Amino acid sequence: MAGAIEQRFGPYGGRYVPETLVGALNELEQAWLEAREDPAFRGELAGLLRDFAGRPTPLYHAKRLSEALGGKVLLKREDLNHTGSHKLNNALGQALLAKRMGKRRIIAETGAGQHGVATATACALLDLECVVYMGATDVARQRPNVERMELLGARVEPVAVGAATLKEAVSAAIRDWVGNVETTHYVIGSAVGPAPYPALVRDLQRVIGDEARAQVLEREGRLPKRVVACVGGGSNAIGIFTAFLEDPVELVGVEAGGEGLASGRHGAPLSANGRPGVLHGSFSAVLQDEEGQILEAHSISAGLDYPGSGPQHAYLRDSGRATYTAVEDREAVAAFRRLCRLEGIIPALESAHALAWLEKVGASELDLVCLSGRGDKDLEVVLGLQRSGGERP
Amino acid sequence: MPYLMAGYPTPAQSGAAIEAALSVGVDLLELGVPYSDPLADGPVIHAAASEALRAGTRLADVLALLRAYGQAVPIILMVYANQLLARGVERFVGEAAQAGAAGLIVPDLPPEEAGELKEACAAAGLALAMLVAPNSGEARLARIGAVASGFLYAVSVLGTTGERSLEELRYREAIALARRAAPLPVAVGFGIASAAHAAAALQAGADGVIVGSRLVRALGEEGPAGVGAALAEIAAGLSGEVGASVGRGR
Repeated sequence: MAGAIEQRFGPYGGRYVPETLVGALNELEQAWLEAREDPAFRGELAGLLRDFAGRPTPLYHAKRLSEALGGKVLLKREDLNHTGSHKLNNALGQALLAKRMGKRRIIAETGAGQHGVATATACALLDLECVVYMGATDVARQRPNVERMELLGARVEPVAVGAATLKEAVSAAIRDWVGNVETTHYVIGSAVGPAPYPALVRDLQRVIGDEARAQVLEREGRLPKRVVACVGGGSNAIGIFTAFLEDPVELVGVEAGGEGLASGRHGAPLSANGRPGVLHGSFSAVLQDEEGQILEAHSISAGLDYPGSGPQHAYLRDSGRATYTAVEDREAVAAFRRLCRLEGIIPALESAHALAWLEKVGASELDLVCLSGRGDKDLEVVLGLQRSGGERP
Repeated sequence: MPYLMAGYPTPAQSGAAIEAALSVGVDLLELGVPYSDPLADGPVIHAAASEALRAGTRLADVLALLRAYGQAVPIILMVYANQLLARGVERFVGEAAQAGAAGLIVPDLPPEEAGELKEACAAAGLALAMLVAPNSGEARLARIGAVASGFLYAVSVLGTTGERSLEELRYREAIALARRAAPLPVAVGFGIASAAHAAAALQAGADGVIVGSRLVRALGEEGPAGVGAALAEIAAGLSGEVGASVGRGR
């Protein structure tokens, strides 16, 4: 893995942070530049991904789903990764890096709780102190994950300001970092944040696409026509896209359409294509009003409930390399149920957005979908909808 | 130097808070423009921003406060990068200058991103105060100094120590760095909540000290009278020659 660490992707990215954090960001960038070239570090991470996380994850031909959608659908099974999502790929790598930098304290933000659980897991494994910031709204709607984090030894700090979801949790984590920057590493959970985070997270998540590409070539003897993934901050998407960037393969990112783009209640800044802005240290597509106040996102899935987006995605969109679209809550829920019945896999509501898009447009001769996580955490929400006759409680 | 959140608790009542601060006698006022995601501000100020926004505070209300009080005291607007970008850097600077602002401070805009803002402020006659942190290395000090005007805001990363001598040491560190960045007055902020903190910062060589959360909390709990009382208490704890300059904490 050679090359510099991108500060920007086209006009997007950068570091819009208080001066107190610049030193830590420089330190992080330098540490990653060295670590990723260090065979000992790479060996240690690879060993953990293999023996602890259970990689490589399978590439699964979903036959019944393929038939139903009139094509061929392959699922990259990040739901089978330890802790139940792709999040551990990043959390393990960053925790290992933090330890290498001599930081004993880890903080993280979390939306659905998957990144929080992954970070708490990595910290238990590596004997690091762990504090996870989570919006109070999310603490309530993702109770099992909160309990998991606490069992793993992390302290969960509910954030009750503003909308009390993911964006507030990120702000609280950044604030903590400003106050504790010398002892603490902030493990950002998605491909967002000030440089070097978007590049760092991509570098750690690209294992998804690197594996999938090799697997599909071996099994199918060809590249997929399309690679599809859900997009919140964009980590699983950039993780599966990266290996295919130079290939003649379509890349499709599916955002949270919430109650529909026209309603204004969604989490789809890339699709909505409004004026870009700064959120959490990075310039990218964002949901904002005319005075630059950041708007709340609305999605049934906590992990996609974020009004920002990764800067590399904004660049891929503008350069035409990838297209971004959105599906609504009800479409994601329907796709969630379909996968359960047709394949015996309960997907995360986040991942169900990628499946829902395929449901709408039909499958091609070879589609590769990133199944970013499993949906045990979403049972209450989905079954709650079922009990109340399909209306959101 | 007191810091207050514009539009808190409401746009109508915000003026009374400013008047209470002015009545104590201050050299400079920092006025926060309420923002949805103020990541450089602590929980008290974040909560005040949220409430100000809920009360309907818009940029027009902030400009109205500038026009009302900008003659009585130099007012520095604290605003976040995205608010500048959304309005347009030149447009925002022009409007602030016209309304009577003395300067700006943008806590999430590092010197690398501040070129356009620097030009706009210079053209409009506004100061652009920049942050200096204890871990700002030589190269950064040069970049910060090249962009800053008016004063430098030395941030000391304190943690939770209550040791007076340790605080003074970190203030000295931050102030020394700021002085190397540019020949500008240096104000110290972040976590200054008491007369003891303020005195330590001033004894460490600060030209001014900024108090924020303490005042915003007092405003929330006791109304404008609380602002005046808190400021007076801190000023009373300082030595005579610097008594009038009170400052801000976050």
